Amino acid sequence: MMDQAPAFMLVVPVFASLVLTLIGPLGHRAAYGLLIIAIAVSLAAALATLVQVVQAGQAVHYRMGDWMPPMGIELVIDHLSAGVLVLISACALLTAIYSMHTARQDNPDRLNHYYALFALLVAGLLGMTATGDVFNLYVLLEISALSSYGLLARGKGKAYYATFRYLVMGTIGASFYLLGVGYIYIMTGSLNMADLAEILSRPELKESVNVRIGFTLIILGVWIKMALFPLHAWLPNAYSRAGTTTACLIAPLMTKVSVYVMLRIMFTVFSADYIFQQIAWSRLVIYLASTAAVLGMITALAQRDLRKMLAYIIVAEIGYLTGGAWLANTAGYTGAVYHILADGLMTLCLFMAVGAIIYRTGESTASAMQGIFQRMPVTAGVFLVAAASVVGIPPTCGFFSKWYLLQGAVQAGAWVFIAALLIAGLVAAVLFFKLLERAFFGRLDDAVTEQGSGKPHAAALKIRMQEAPLTMLLPLVFTGAALFGLGIYTNEVVQYLIRWSVPAGI
Amino acid sequence: MDDLFFFIIAKYNYWAAIVLLFIGLFGIIVRNNLMKKIIGMVIFQTAILLFIVSIGVKRGATVPIVKFSLDKQPLLDATAYANPLPHVLILTAIVVGVAVLGVALALLQKIQRVHGTIEEDEILEDMRK
Repeated sequence: MMDQAPAFMLVVPVFASLVLTLIGPLGHRAAYGLLIIAIAVSLAAALATLVQVVQAGQAVHYRMGDWMPPMGIELVIDHLSAGVLVLISACALLTAIYSMHTARQDNPDRLNHYYALFALLVAGLLGMTATGDVFNLYVLLEISALSSYGLLARGKGKAYYATFRYLVMGTIGASFYLLGVGYIYIMTGSLNMADLAEILSRPELKESVNVRIGFTLIILGVWIKMALFPLHAWLPNAYSRAGTTTACLIAPLMTKVSVYVMLRIMFTVFSADYIFQQIAWSRLVIYLASTAAVLGMITALAQRDLRKMLAYIIVAEIGYLTGGAWLANTAGYTGAVYHILADGLMTLCLFMAVGAIIYRTGESTASAMQGIFQRMPVTAGVFLVAAASVVGIPPTCGFFSKWYLLQGAVQAGAWVFIAALLIAGLVAAVLFFKLLERAFFGRLDDAVTEQGSGKPHAAALKIRMQEAPLTMLLPLVFTGAALFGLGIYTNEVVQYLIRWSVPAGI
Repeated sequence: MDDLFFFIIAKYNYWAAIVLLFIGLFGIIVRNNLMKKIIGMVIFQTAILLFIVSIGVKRGATVPIVKFSLDKQPLLDATAYANPLPHVLILTAIVVGVAVLGVALALLQKIQRVHGTIEEDEILEDMRK
């Protein structure tokens, strides 16, 4: 049973999505229940695999249909992918629980189809993380992209055009990736990652122009999917116009998994040696990453719409992650991998809190934050924690990822990146301070105070209390606690997971 | 001049793919009509598919089905068969491409219904209102 965990992790959500398309007549409760069960099974399988990997101290290889690699397609779950798998399935489960009210609000009809796409997206993301085959990765990339187009287009009105732009950009990105895989296949005749790594390490291929072009195309494709500055234009509109549940699911996961794919291509298929000696783009990429971090945060500061603000924060965080990965030292790499986990949780937490606020207040501009501490104290409290984590205040996990990233930047002498990290952190502090000031001291709108119509006394306060429903509150509080948990157990995470995945040669 | 001529002719499949690739990109970037953007996107994808399919070809090779000699021994000479793997990959990629095209067309219908047009500048103007 334990041996089959990697297969269960992928197969259960795929089958659930098939069943979900058929059970429309059973009503929304059945669909909701089935989705949660399927993703909970996935999470259990991911946790089982994580335990297996940590105990064995080496990667778990699962051969689909018992075909031997390099002919067969295998799933390879090492320390890096095990962590990301748990992150994906945990975030998906929390979002699934959270979706009880919001998904029904956004999709009054055919909720089961929405949940079918939800499960398919989760399966695609898990598959991208677990696979050990570059072409299989392409197919799973497109599966998750297609289901995310479907989910994003369930938002109304302006969402259609934003999704269309995302679709065109996403297809170009995936096509670049495929073209790059074609180049690599011409030169090596293999698609299995481990096999490719062995063939590509031969000296005659190190100098090859074709391999270089192949790498360039693949990495460009992944950067489009990741929304790295200046290829990020599709992201903010697509994410901010989606329904609440969709945003909670896609915003933390899609870009982080793409970053994971970048790490996999850089360090598993190619080698650190090849990337930093032969390709040697570190300087350029770190400049791009620094620009992304600073410009992303500053643009976020200029937004009035809460979710657009968060979307630009994602663009900035992608800058942190990319910079960390290209610093070419252990601390930078550790920071990047740790930040995948931390940022996944942070983004989830922020989107959930904002989703709850929008659900209760019905507006999505910054004025929705007015007096939110009185109205929704728990949600506001969790929002405060997430904000502290984005700014980087200990003991939340955001502090530790920044600590590693800064350490890596100092070691690499990348002063631009250090400056960018600090400036972005300061801008984030200003941004959240502005919001939280409104949330603490802002006067409640007339609509809420009209019953009181005078001084705020205890009874009036009680009427004003309008906390989010319990199904939204529980995942939200859990994610907020996880931000502290991940921060407090940083040492363990680094020691048992990340340290093992540090590639040779950096 | 001859060298250049042979350089182009000898690798005509690559050149064809490159030309199609740029026609597709041109369509995506320059065209204002979203339908034409989709057509550009499909040409772009097809160029890549053709490129990868064409690398499976070998001179004088036959279909990749194992042949048997007179005494029933399989002829396992790799150079005698075309490489089937690129075809299989592209079969999958074609399916993906069709799915993307389907979603894109469905979205386009919705855009037309919401904005009343599929010209990009008119949509942007409509959204600014």
